[in-house]
Amino acid sequence: MAEAFASPGDIIIGSDSHTTTAGALGAFATGMGSSDMAIALALGKTWFRVPESIKVKLSGSLPKGVCAKDLMVYLIGKIGADGATYKALEFTGEAAAKLTMSQRLTITNMAVEAGAKVGLFPSDEITQSYLKAQGRGDKYKPLHPDANAKYENAISINLSQLEPMVSMPHAVDNAVTVQEVKGTKVQQVFIGTCTNGRLEDLATAASILDGKKTHPDTRLIVAPASRQVLLAAIKANYIQSLIAAGAAIMPPGCAACLGLHQGVLGDGEVCLSTANRNFKGRMGNPEASIYLASPATAAATAITGEITDPREAM
Amino acid sequence: MANRFLKGRAFKFGDNISTDLIIPGRFSHLRSSLPELAKHVLEDADPGFAARVKRGDFIVAGRNFGLGSSREHAPLVIKMSGVSAILAKSAARIFFRNAINQGLPVLICDTDKIDDRDELELDLTSGTITDLTSGVQLTSGKMPKVMLSILGEGGLIPYI
Repeated sequence: MAEAFASPGDIIIGSDSHTTTAGALGAFATGMGSSDMAIALALGKTWFRVPESIKVKLSGSLPKGVCAKDLMVYLIGKIGADGATYKALEFTGEAAAKLTMSQRLTITNMAVEAGAKVGLFPSDEITQSYLKAQGRGDKYKPLHPDANAKYENAISINLSQLEPMVSMPHAVDNAVTVQEVKGTKVQQVFIGTCTNGRLEDLATAASILDGKKTHPDTRLIVAPASRQVLLAAIKANYIQSLIAAGAAIMPPGCAACLGLHQGVLGDGEVCLSTANRNFKGRMGNPEASIYLASPATAAATAITGEITDPREAM
Repeated sequence: MANRFLKGRAFKFGDNISTDLIIPGRFSHLRSSLPELAKHVLEDADPGFAARVKRGDFIVAGRNFGLGSSREHAPLVIKMSGVSAILAKSAARIFFRNAINQGLPVLICDTDKIDDRDELELDLTSGTITDLTSGVQLTSGKMPKVMLSILGEGGLIPYI
């Protein structure tokens, strides 16, 4: 959707809770159920309540080994899994303006894990160059919050102070630093999906895994976010590096994230995943545990077979 | 058609009951056979719930009920299991909307005041919840008219 459809200023509804991802392009994008979608398709109408906004002001820059995912695990840990229920999470500040589209997509994807209706980025030069690269440069229009915009609440985060984070089982807001859980044995590492399956994410994972081998007790599963990402990752040799290290590459899409197939966990198994949910039973087995982390932490963990701080593997 | 007055027993649940707990992914092959899927509803949160719950009973939960997926099967199979309404301290946005669209009322109130298996009576029009076991009375506030109309018709599709 981000690649081919979403444009700044659009109103987008989708029957997937992670429709919020398109907010990275300055679109008001939100998830709904199938009845709501059916009525919207049939009548071209739906209803919204205008959500209150929470401003998330970002400063500083992400240190080496710290990813956009770490920011979201930190933020959701801080405000809770219902900390933004029904609200808009608006990301602003000089650091937000410097985040790449890939990072923005991870951030708005995770907005719904705080209960948000939408996660929004301004539409700026980065949006423009992304749309151009997708052959949709004509869809660009700059969009920024009004100078006098009213916010229900404001949260300031200095990215320079963040470190690699993990959501522990069985809740996304059960957030701790990687340092606090390092050494936890892991039987499966899952990199990819709509949260962290973009080219930059695969590049991060490939750079850590290149020339290395996954731990013999740990399976590594990689699911690119889209066919476009998969093709680009093949061209850039990331896929070759990942396969050589021991990864199994899944078709683009959800793969193991929601426990339907390809990577369903066994009883007592631990998975470190770059997806967005670690609820009990999420990956098909209520007797398994899921930790959420960044692609860098996931790649470092795949090598050692235990939760590992990526700053020690770079 | 949803009745204005509902009566049944409370089945208590905690905070953050996710859609993965309501409809576990490992049973997603049953999505084409919803009565079968309904037999597993909330199985990972309360094993045997589907067998114990009787037509008219209530789910009484804590904060953020229904967080997670937009899959409408979640409120649908809860309704199919016989549950007539959900009471919670708060509900996730998509779940709340899906439940109303399926004709399943969700009332927001202080559920700490209700004990497991208490007999409850609900008046949907006034938003009053009476705990017949303890005598405590709670309110969830008046529902908007459109919501009552959707519930009255049994869901969004029949309402349209």
